[in-house]
Amino acid sequence: MEILMAFLIGILFMSATYLMLSKSLLRIIVGTGLLSHGAHLLILTMGGLKRGAAPLLGQHAEAYADPLPQALILTAIVISFGVTAFFLVLAYRAYQELGTDNMDRMRGKEGNE
Amino acid sequence: MSLLHFAIISPLILAIFIPMLHKYFHKIHTGWFLLPLPALLFFYFMSYFPETAHGESITETLPWIPSLGIDFAARIDGLGLLFALLITGIGALVVLYSIFYLSKEKEKLNQFYVYLLLFMGAMLGVVLSDNLIVLYSFWELTSFSSFLLIGYWNHRERSRYGAQKSMLITVFGGLSMLGGILLLYLMTGTFSISEIIGMAGEITGHQFFIPALICFLLGAFTKSAQFPFHIWLPDAMEAPTPVSAYLHSATMVKAGIYLVARLTPVFAVSGLWVWLVAGIGILTLFWGSFSAVKHNDLKGILAYSTISQLGMIMSMLGVGGIALHYGNVEDGFYTVAITAAVFHLINHATFKGSLFMVVGIVDHETGTRDIRKLGGLMTLMPITFTLAAIGAFSMAGLPPFNGFLSKEMFFTGMLRAREIGLFNFETLGFLFPIVAWVASVFTFLYSMILVFKTFTGKYQPEKLEKKPHEAPVGMLIPPVILVSLVVIIGLFPNIIETLIESVMGAILPSLLAEGHEFHVHISHWHGFDSPELWMTAGVIIAGILLYRNLPRWSGIYNRMPERFSLNRFYDTGLEKTQLGAMRFTGLYMNGFIRTYLVYIFTFMIFILGTTMVYKNAFKLDTSNVANIHYFEVVLAAIIAISSITILFSKSRLTSIILLGAVGYTVSLFFVIFRAPDLALTQLVIETVSVALFLLCFYHLPKLGKNEERMGFKLGNLLVSIGVGAIVTLIALSAHSNKEFDSISEYYVENTYKKAGGENMVNVILVDFRGFDTLFEIAVLGIAALGIFAMIKLRMTRGKEQG
Repeated sequence: MEILMAFLIGILFMSATYLMLSKSLLRIIVGTGLLSHGAHLLILTMGGLKRGAAPLLGQHAEAYADPLPQALILTAIVISFGVTAFFLVLAYRAYQELGTDNMDRMRGKEGNE
Repeated sequence: MSLLHFAIISPLILAIFIPMLHKYFHKIHTGWFLLPLPALLFFYFMSYFPETAHGESITETLPWIPSLGIDFAARIDGLGLLFALLITGIGALVVLYSIFYLSKEKEKLNQFYVYLLLFMGAMLGVVLSDNLIVLYSFWELTSFSSFLLIGYWNHRERSRYGAQKSMLITVFGGLSMLGGILLLYLMTGTFSISEIIGMAGEITGHQFFIPALICFLLGAFTKSAQFPFHIWLPDAMEAPTPVSAYLHSATMVKAGIYLVARLTPVFAVSGLWVWLVAGIGILTLFWGSFSAVKHNDLKGILAYSTISQLGMIMSMLGVGGIALHYGNVEDGFYTVAITAAVFHLINHATFKGSLFMVVGIVDHETGTRDIRKLGGLMTLMPITFTLAAIGAFSMAGLPPFNGFLSKEMFFTGMLRAREIGLFNFETLGFLFPIVAWVASVFTFLYSMILVFKTFTGKYQPEKLEKKPHEAPVGMLIPPVILVSLVVIIGLFPNIIETLIESVMGAILPSLLAEGHEFHVHISHWHGFDSPELWMTAGVIIAGILLYRNLPRWSGIYNRMPERFSLNRFYDTGLEKTQLGAMRFTGLYMNGFIRTYLVYIFTFMIFILGTTMVYKNAFKLDTSNVANIHYFEVVLAAIIAISSITILFSKSRLTSIILLGAVGYTVSLFFVIFRAPDLALTQLVIETVSVALFLLCFYHLPKLGKNEERMGFKLGNLLVSIGVGAIVTLIALSAHSNKEFDSISEYYVENTYKKAGGENMVNVILVDFRGFDTLFEIAVLGIAALGIFAMIKLRMTRGKEQG
């Protein structure tokens, strides 16, 4: 399963990179979204996907899934959400002010760089 | 802090008070406050003479950075004392001269005198420091203060150009000297010059010896305006004339001479040193004297003459360094070049200082320095004429002035260079006297031009801005003093014998047995059979012939193409460097975020990939993997397909929805991998994110109409495939190389026992690792505030577009 996941994560990273290299600001943000999904899945996979109960003591199971990567991912999800939200509003404002979402046209000109 | 230290930094201390004195006593010329200091210092340093005359040295140490072996060690020996006397003595005369030269009303005197004091203190520090790092610090301070003084009239473009040029060249040399200092430190383990001289024999074969030698010579040659670094000196003539007289003839340009003399005991055992110092020196001598003839500006002539005289001293130091190879110094056969160097050093300071002052007087009284406009001033300015004539005749090497004596000794030294049996001197040594003789002819020539084109010939009042008359007494006193020295030393050279002997003792310490001293005797008359006499006679005859026929042959100067001049080389070099750097930066800094991302990703792939290859990290271990269920395969396929479909989607709406699909499938993954809290959070956050995306999308109405598919770029595709592949490879490799088990057993056991909770993830978040959560809340808070500020604050509102 981990091997399958490794390839899946690779595909997510690949698509994310390709999107981030595009011209449209919105596509770049979509790319960062895919990238954070890939990263979260990577943390989970690297923590091990062996079967076990959910990390709740009430289950009285023999083995539990590793709780530490889950806590890390939870933190990461929230942070990436904060950043994505900020970034989206930034893109929205940039469009309002500059009238474009094309990164090439947002390039600094000589003299005001 | 000893009195000696205080003496060295006293100019720097006075510099602090000068602006105050200038402000509160503005009726008195600020220079008068300065004048006592160099005069006092001169007599203070004179008091050391009896001790140094017998080869003793006085060292006072003040700890500065003891842990690095850097102490402000002030050391006075013969060489240091000579320079200290030159600096303070000529400094006092220059200050006196500047009082009458610079107008109280028109000039920014406070700045001028602060810079001058900075320079004076720095120069004293250079020549009296025994620690190389301290010497370097003062060395750079002389460069900076010289920069400030050259650019004193900073409203003139030429001044700024000259200041920048001298700065670039001398600081280049200063930095390479720092490199030499560090190499010496690596070889000897000390920064103290006297200790390094003591170890001179041990480091000759060291691998750093030659690099250190070259670094030091670069420093000395740039400072002392040796070929090809001499180009800054003529442009430095934009400085006020007292500055040119002080810095660019008598003191700063001799700092390189000082350095060479000081390090002769360390490096002169090497043939490379001897050849470089002597060869570059003689080349500079020739080139300087040759170029001086073509100039029409009096200060231009003097600048090139300074260059050539410095080259002469340098070549004598080089040839004299050979004496280190011969133990027997009783007859002074090989040391005569050093004697001549020291003697000419003193002489040059006297006559060149006075000549600059004379030129300043001419400039001050007529308003021009162009020899084509000048002429016939002899009767109008008789005293100035006398001073100029004596100074120039001494420079040309005519009897009975001191220049004659040092030139004779120079010829002697150069003639003996032939007879040296070392370093191939027996084959190429014959060039030295020939080049020296030719250069002397040109020296004679420009000295005559300097005097006769200015003071004799036709008086042209219509070309002059002012009506010329004799200068005020105060301006005449300093050159008169210097010129009397020229005459006195010329007539009675042996009154400074003791001084020269003590300086030689400092330059060549290893040649002296305990308690011995050098014996110098300078005589006017060598007898008819001495070749030097005939060489001088030949110089005078050839010089007069060339001067008479000047218009006939001076055309050769125009033949030399301007394109090949060193100044042109410097200018285009500077321009090309700037242009090249700009083009180079423009090449890769093109302003497109995409390009920078490509750089970043490419480097990431390259570095990670090579590391993995290098460490042989490719490994696939299937013993520890979980089983695959069919629904997992289905979910994985959904994520893979939707993430790839995003790339091909034409509308932004599709890509947002597909991103949402990926997010919800990820939360399904969290469900099957037993992570209920993650699944919950992921669901909610994905929903909110998609809503935000849609909001953003909705507000880009104009873009909706001309949507297009993402353009295909092979480069981008390759980079993305590379990133994906490298991440997969690293994930596989990391999974296959597990070194130890997780620490999660602890959490499982203690979640209830110690923290009183049953949900392990939540207990970790708020109890075991609560700090993370605190700052994650902070991140959300900042994001919220930032979004609020972005929407509310509109600083550009009301300003016009663009």
